[in-house]
Amino acid sequence: MTVDPIVYWITIPVLGAGTFLLRFSFLGLLGNRPLPSPMRRVLRYTAVGILPGLIAPAVLWPPATDGVTDPARLAAACVTLLVGIFARSVIGAILAGGVTLYLSLWLL
Amino acid sequence: MMTLPRSALLRGCLASAPFVIVVVPFAVLFGVVATEAGLDLLQVLLFSVSIFAGASQFAALQLMQDQAPVLIILATSLAVNLRLLMYSVAMAPHLGQAPLGTRALMAYFLVDQSFAASQAEFEARPDLPLSEKLAFFFGTVIPIAPLWFISTMVGAMLGQAIPPDYAIDFAVPITFLAITAPMLRSLPHIVAAAVSIILTLALVWLPYGTGLLVAAVLAMAAGAGVEVLLERRRSHDR
Repeated sequence: MTVDPIVYWITIPVLGAGTFLLRFSFLGLLGNRPLPSPMRRVLRYTAVGILPGLIAPAVLWPPATDGVTDPARLAAACVTLLVGIFARSVIGAILAGGVTLYLSLWLL
Repeated sequence: MMTLPRSALLRGCLASAPFVIVVVPFAVLFGVVATEAGLDLLQVLLFSVSIFAGASQFAALQLMQDQAPVLIILATSLAVNLRLLMYSVAMAPHLGQAPLGTRALMAYFLVDQSFAASQAEFEARPDLPLSEKLAFFFGTVIPIAPLWFISTMVGAMLGQAIPPDYAIDFAVPITFLAITAPMLRSLPHIVAAAVSIILTLALVWLPYGTGLLVAAVLAMAAGAGVEVLLERRRSHDR
């Protein structure tokens, strides 16, 4: 689906400013002080807590197939995950997943 | 701005040069996917210039395409960027004495790659004078930032050439799986990822993508909780 231009023009400046403030926070304003350790602990899990959930519905119910589980996309997701876990390479995992996707789309 | 010692600048450049292999395809992919989502060249470039953080750009784009409300897009994408707060904390003792304008400029360029390279250098050589630390930091930016923007544009132009029915919709899921998979290196990380997936799927009926936010908060808490439990058990065993 395409992006609503109004949503785009509101999101970009606010997200840009917010992201800059996160970067500027301690370096620019708060100075040299440690983060409380419970906060540090929770922040360690931001990426693994958000990214898998963000794409889980699209893996199981892709909008491109009107929400019907697609064996090709599922296979590509599994290969990406396995290569990423065992080879520890982001680019390797993307390539393996992409090849699997197009190969199985072509075969199935 | 003060003049930068050239050797430290060069060392910074070399330290972050290997990251080019990751940055270029990632930015190209963003350009392609954003163009397929209907953004024009200027919009794609502005996206990369104003946010300059790959994972959150993909997240924001995905949610925009899902027609999520602006507040949900902002909350989720900023949450993805919370790690930048940790980078800021870690850089403050080393670079915090620089003039305000310089610190603002550094903050803009504080990305995964410049942080990783600088952190390693400053930990190995904590006694470097400020001028050399600054030079090193800006050195790490040189191979990364221009390529990020240029590659985004290359991707956007490619995206205009690729027909839309090429299953490019699945580039974002594959990219996120690829980013997350190598992070699953400890039990707390695995638990957090599992909770995130299971709860998002279970809460998919909640309106406006709020299920993801609830799932993310609980997933982070679960990861932190398991970490605490493991630490307790370890201190018991001793």
